[in-house]
Amino acid sequence: MEVNQVQRIGVFVCHCGTNIAATVDIKRVLEAAAKEPGVVHAEDYQYMCSEAGQQKVREAIKEKQLTGVVVCSCSPRMHENTFRGAAQKAGLNPYMVEIANIREHVSWIHKNIEEGTEKAIILTRAAIAKVMLNAPLQAGQSKVVKRALVIGGGIAGIQTALDIADAGYEVDIVEKTPSIGGRMSQLDKTFPTLDCSACILTPKMVDAAAHEKITIYTYSEVEKVSGFVGDFQVDIRKKARSVDMSKCTGCGVCQEKCPSKKIPNEFNRELDNRAAIYTPFAQAIPNVPVIDRENCIKFKTGKCGVCSKVCLAGAVDYEQQDEIVSQNYGAIVVATGFDTIKLDKYEEYSYQSCPDVITSLELERIMNAAGPTKGHLERLSDGKAPKSMVFIQCVGSRCADERGKSYCSKICCMYTAKHAMLIRDKYPDVDVTVFYIDVRTPGKNFDEFYRRAVEEYGVHYIKGQVGKVAEHNGRLLVQGADLIDNRRILMETDMVVLATAIEPNPDVRKIATMLTASIDTNNFLTESHAKLRPVESPTAGIFLSGVCQGPKDIPETVAQAGAAAIKVVGLLAKDYLVTNPCVAKSDELYCNGCSACEKVCPYGAISYEDREVNDHGIREVRRVASVNSALCQGCGACTVACPSGAMDLQGFSNRQILAEVDAICR
Amino acid sequence: MHKTEKDKAILLREMSGANVDKCMKCGKCSASCPSYDEMDIRPHQFVSYVQNEDVEALLESKSLWKCLSCFACVERCPRDVKPAMIIEAVRQMVVRQRGGNYLLPDEVPELLDEELPQQLLASAFRKYSK
Repeated sequence: MEVNQVQRIGVFVCHCGTNIAATVDIKRVLEAAAKEPGVVHAEDYQYMCSEAGQQKVREAIKEKQLTGVVVCSCSPRMHENTFRGAAQKAGLNPYMVEIANIREHVSWIHKNIEEGTEKAIILTRAAIAKVMLNAPLQAGQSKVVKRALVIGGGIAGIQTALDIADAGYEVDIVEKTPSIGGRMSQLDKTFPTLDCSACILTPKMVDAAAHEKITIYTYSEVEKVSGFVGDFQVDIRKKARSVDMSKCTGCGVCQEKCPSKKIPNEFNRELDNRAAIYTPFAQAIPNVPVIDRENCIKFKTGKCGVCSKVCLAGAVDYEQQDEIVSQNYGAIVVATGFDTIKLDKYEEYSYQSCPDVITSLELERIMNAAGPTKGHLERLSDGKAPKSMVFIQCVGSRCADERGKSYCSKICCMYTAKHAMLIRDKYPDVDVTVFYIDVRTPGKNFDEFYRRAVEEYGVHYIKGQVGKVAEHNGRLLVQGADLIDNRRILMETDMVVLATAIEPNPDVRKIATMLTASIDTNNFLTESHAKLRPVESPTAGIFLSGVCQGPKDIPETVAQAGAAAIKVVGLLAKDYLVTNPCVAKSDELYCNGCSACEKVCPYGAISYEDREVNDHGIREVRRVASVNSALCQGCGACTVACPSGAMDLQGFSNRQILAEVDAICR
Repeated sequence: MHKTEKDKAILLREMSGANVDKCMKCGKCSASCPSYDEMDIRPHQFVSYVQNEDVEALLESKSLWKCLSCFACVERCPRDVKPAMIIEAVRQMVVRQRGGNYLLPDEVPELLDEELPQQLLASAFRKYSK
């Protein structure tokens, strides 16, 4: 093989404790590496990523005048930056470092030392072959727009926005519904302290609305996102509210007088009705109603206009149009929250057929003083007070089939204990039974809370999932089995409450697609690292807050919201970002102007321009590809699509890839 | 060939096609079972008995003849374990072990009838020969 004699390569093999050394014969890898042409230095160390290990790399670069470095260690996702930094400190261009991944790709997946060692040697050889062809690259810069976007105005979004704004940066919240507040605004009391949800949430909503750095777009949706970390361009659709926000005083007369009052009230989980012009709840922010145009008589028939007539402020505006707000953001936080799953596939619980079988979120509204029953616990079928209630846990959670979700919804054990306790406290004559599979209460003061339900409030906990709920003599018959006592349970009760599984808000899929943020099979947004980067999406500049990332309760959501905020602040505090120099580059002499690369580029980074080229003395204007290096993410799709070989990825050129393949096949 | 309890448990897993390891012990099968009170070993216990390779107890259980094969447990199991299939497999195992050899391979050619579905013959052979 022809070898560039100028190159002086150093190979550093890491043991990673026993992570690599137990499955790979380090000595043999070293010997094999040392024999490769161009390699002038080879050494091993127990933890190459440690300061002492990096010191070895730096010293060798200086002493042996290395021009390239190969580190045989873990995945480049883990420590490529570490070793690039070490090289830079020793005066070597950081892009002259290559990683041979002999941990994730070798030791962790192989058991046989012989096979593992052979593969480690081959991967090392490939990395050496590649680094021989590496060229020094210079990272560029891109500006950072000092403004953040938060998608979702629940407790997660509000907290994230407040924390970012308090650090001195502008934040916009985009909320789909007419008010911020989210799920938390629907809750009555919160565990484990039993304080009133509205009492702790409303001040935060007010703070967010009053904050000079926060702009809230309610009844609005993100429509289009382009750009990249540091400078996203976002179009926000402000849906026509049909009420002028600057004029409305929030007096509420329009809602009272509106003749169209039979519309299912989403805020009360459709347990009662609202008017066509409405604010979702009394503490709504902004306290400005919207007209639900699909159900408004004026919009349907052209006649009516009562709300406009009664509005003393003259705020009602039937002519209002949707408005598109275009804004640039340095970072975007997704805080889209959750909903409960649909229960139409769980016929055995009779949710569809019996009004007295309800979900836990419906019970929250029933218990709430502002709810459909004004806070009185009563059966929805006949308005009678129940004497007995049954709670069923894990409805749709921990399911292996398509009816439910595979995961534990995490919050149900605690809110069920809360409901049981509140009912026993307020209505001591109501008998409460909870059917559980496991009671899961990890969390500060959580198990104590559940034990209080049992020991102080006399809630009956029965181990065993319920088999069936059916209407019976005007009551409900619950069929189950007590797995501890090994006996059949057939009990009559007045109300059944289903701890329904939660799922990410269905809209999150659309948003994730716009943001090119990855999402798992359950529609939860994926974090960059499950343990070490839990609030960052793998897509740079996108951050995660709240249940959109995974099931969590309010304290966890607030903690994560703060974590997402500090990550955003860390980004916005920079004036410029270092860009990845491993971007595509087109050779104008080879480019035939076919547009194949432009069509496959997922980032819109390639455009065509007419440029004068000098092709071996022939000067002519040709239509050639041009790469915007700020937009290019270095995915390499264009290099594969290019039929003439004009497109190449810097740092991963076709020559380098082929050299690696040759080295592997040697 | 003498089969150990372990062999039988493995055989039961194969015959039933049920994956007992998916069970999360929620008991919804037993909760759904209309014959629950008639049974000495309950549907959810069938699953853990197979896991624990305690097959003899299952072979002697009167529950085998109380299960209605209504499949409510299969329908409602959140983990897709299929308890009724396990009970059916144990029943099969009992039937196969019972009595003598009523059907020998040599006798099969005589019994062949074009009208007869082959499946029937295969299943009869399974039931009536040891």
